[in-house]
Amino acid sequence: MRHIISLLMANEAGALSRVSGLFSARGYNIESLTVAPTEDATLSRMTIVTRGSDEVIEQINKQLNKLVDVVSVMDLSDGDHIERELMLVKVRAEGADREELKRMSDIFRGQVIDVSDKTYTIELTGAGSKLDSFLQAIDRKLILETVRTGASGIGRGERILKI
Amino acid sequence: MELTGAEITIRCLQEEGVEYVFGYPGGAVLFIYDELFKQEKVKHVLVRHEQAAVHAADGYARSTEKVGVALVTSGPGVTNAVTGIATAYMDSIPMLVISGQVPTSFIGEDAFQEVDAVGITRPCVKHNFLVKDVKDLASTLKKAFYLAKSGRPGPVLVDIPKDVSNHKVEFEYPSTVNIRSYHPQTTGDANLVKQAAQMLLEAKRPMVYAGGGVILSDASKQLTELVRLIDAPCTNTLMGLGGYPASDKQFVGMLGMHGTYEANMGMQNCDVLLAVGARFDDRVIGNVAHFNSVPRKIIHLDIDPASISKRVKVDVPLVGDVGSVLTDLIKVLKSSKQKPDAAAHKDWWKQIDEWRSANSLSYKNSIELIKPQFVIETLHKITRGDAFITSDVGQHQMWAAQYYKFDKPRRWINSGGLGTMGFGLPAAMGVQLAHPGETVACVTGEGSIQMNIQELSTCKQFNLPIKVIALNNRYLGMVRQWQEFFHGNRYSQSYMDALPDFVKLAEAYGHVGILVEKPSDVEGALQEAFARKDELVFLDFRTDSTENVYPMVPGGKGLSEVILAEDL
Repeated sequence: MRHIISLLMANEAGALSRVSGLFSARGYNIESLTVAPTEDATLSRMTIVTRGSDEVIEQINKQLNKLVDVVSVMDLSDGDHIERELMLVKVRAEGADREELKRMSDIFRGQVIDVSDKTYTIELTGAGSKLDSFLQAIDRKLILETVRTGASGIGRGERILKI
Repeated sequence: MELTGAEITIRCLQEEGVEYVFGYPGGAVLFIYDELFKQEKVKHVLVRHEQAAVHAADGYARSTEKVGVALVTSGPGVTNAVTGIATAYMDSIPMLVISGQVPTSFIGEDAFQEVDAVGITRPCVKHNFLVKDVKDLASTLKKAFYLAKSGRPGPVLVDIPKDVSNHKVEFEYPSTVNIRSYHPQTTGDANLVKQAAQMLLEAKRPMVYAGGGVILSDASKQLTELVRLIDAPCTNTLMGLGGYPASDKQFVGMLGMHGTYEANMGMQNCDVLLAVGARFDDRVIGNVAHFNSVPRKIIHLDIDPASISKRVKVDVPLVGDVGSVLTDLIKVLKSSKQKPDAAAHKDWWKQIDEWRSANSLSYKNSIELIKPQFVIETLHKITRGDAFITSDVGQHQMWAAQYYKFDKPRRWINSGGLGTMGFGLPAAMGVQLAHPGETVACVTGEGSIQMNIQELSTCKQFNLPIKVIALNNRYLGMVRQWQEFFHGNRYSQSYMDALPDFVKLAEAYGHVGILVEKPSDVEGALQEAFARKDELVFLDFRTDSTENVYPMVPGGKGLSEVILAEDL
């Protein structure tokens, strides 16, 4: 099953490699991993999307908690949560395609954030599945580049990950 | 007063009461070695290879309750240390390894003797640090000691660039440590302890399975008291030997791949299993599905929550320090009006005794060939079962574990998790230094001993009167045994040709060597060796090269699918 795990860790050099090293050493999957500092500069927040049986996910949570740099861990999939991912897509936009791509971007509530005479760069935010749908909806031949951040997640309401 | 990083390093070791540092100098640690030279409190033991420094620190730690300390230089110094660090990590041994690093301005430039020490050791340390600023040195070393010995112990590496060891800062050794992300749970949950006690009291066929956690937590007394209270058979893992007295009638021997028949059958057939400081690893319970095919309730006590329900589903998890939780458990058991089910236990003990009568450790002695089991039994007799025994890895290790009956904790020193050949001799050095007047023997094979034989030189320099008991069967015996059982007798590369003359070799290093070729000479040779209290004696026992370790649960099989000696 797919799980989205959120964690707070000390913003120390090498902390990221401890987490990614743990996943590779123990043979766990990583579908995506995002990390950036929080409002407290000494802490980074990481979101990991992984897959595994209940036993594997339990071990992942325990092993993450064991890392000395990791302050707290939450499996967001255990309760209500929101997930967002950002994607930038550069597309070939010429002739009739130009209008069509703009229309598709509007339908998916995307924004054209860079324009040249032959290209658009479209910014899209949403759950991963919405980003997938957009890529399927446009003509594949027109896609020049895609950049995705991987999922970030947060608990709903009073579900808060803190120290 | 301002001190250099090197001075601070030594001061921190002094503050922590470090007696010995095992190490090897080199460019990146010259400032630290200079400070070592200027003081006498912390003694340095010069090994002949960095791997041995770490194993010696490890042996020192295992035989005491202290943190072992090793000091190595950058690059090859630290890569040589990696096997030792991984050995300590797998067996949860508290240890500090200080490594030199190239100056901070050179890091990342592929400088001479540069290696990413933190990166290379990351998967085999509890934690590690690169100290980039001398201001952080004292607090980092304080944290390193704390991490190494608290919670589930383990090795911690502190990498110190050469310039940091020469920069100055005001020295203050912190009196306390606070790591906001690290709070190991030490006391057990009271409700779960009650549940566990109730389950144990209701058990008809209880069994206690105790591992290295008992030794690390110094909880042998509590374990012994508990086992007697609940009237259960007790088995020890390879790491746990000595945690429960082997001569006690409730002890059923070691379990696992080469465990006794009664221990393995007890594990398989009990209705309530109490696992204490042990982790259900593959060499212990064999095939997990086979193990789980029989219903039983499992209570698992371990300081590491990640050990619980990792391989085997647990009914009552008890997270905490083994000693502390056992004490709580004993209290609850004593205050309960309920007593163990005497009638059911009577049947259970009858069954255990029946398994015992298979006498799975029996072997046919010989008057022509020296049987390795006989050497270990004689060693036990001559040393009155009271020696510190280190071992290397292979058949000799299993025979030592099976036939040297350990009654006390911290007497059996071996590499259980990683299975590191070459561990025995350097570990014995650490043990001997920690216990100067005591008898220390290293049980080894002609294969393992050659992996760190250069340490005979260190033993000479520091007058370490270790007795090397080499069971020399001219084969990599355990490899040979597997090839005999599972690879059609094709002894691929397991024959040790062109062995050195170990007697001459021992003499070349300034020690005493004795060659023993006849069973009738075994006892006399051992007596002579142990009578030489101040000398290292290397005993080269030419043992039966075809002897195998029994019983054996083949890899991937279940605990009751055992091969006994008479089966073949």
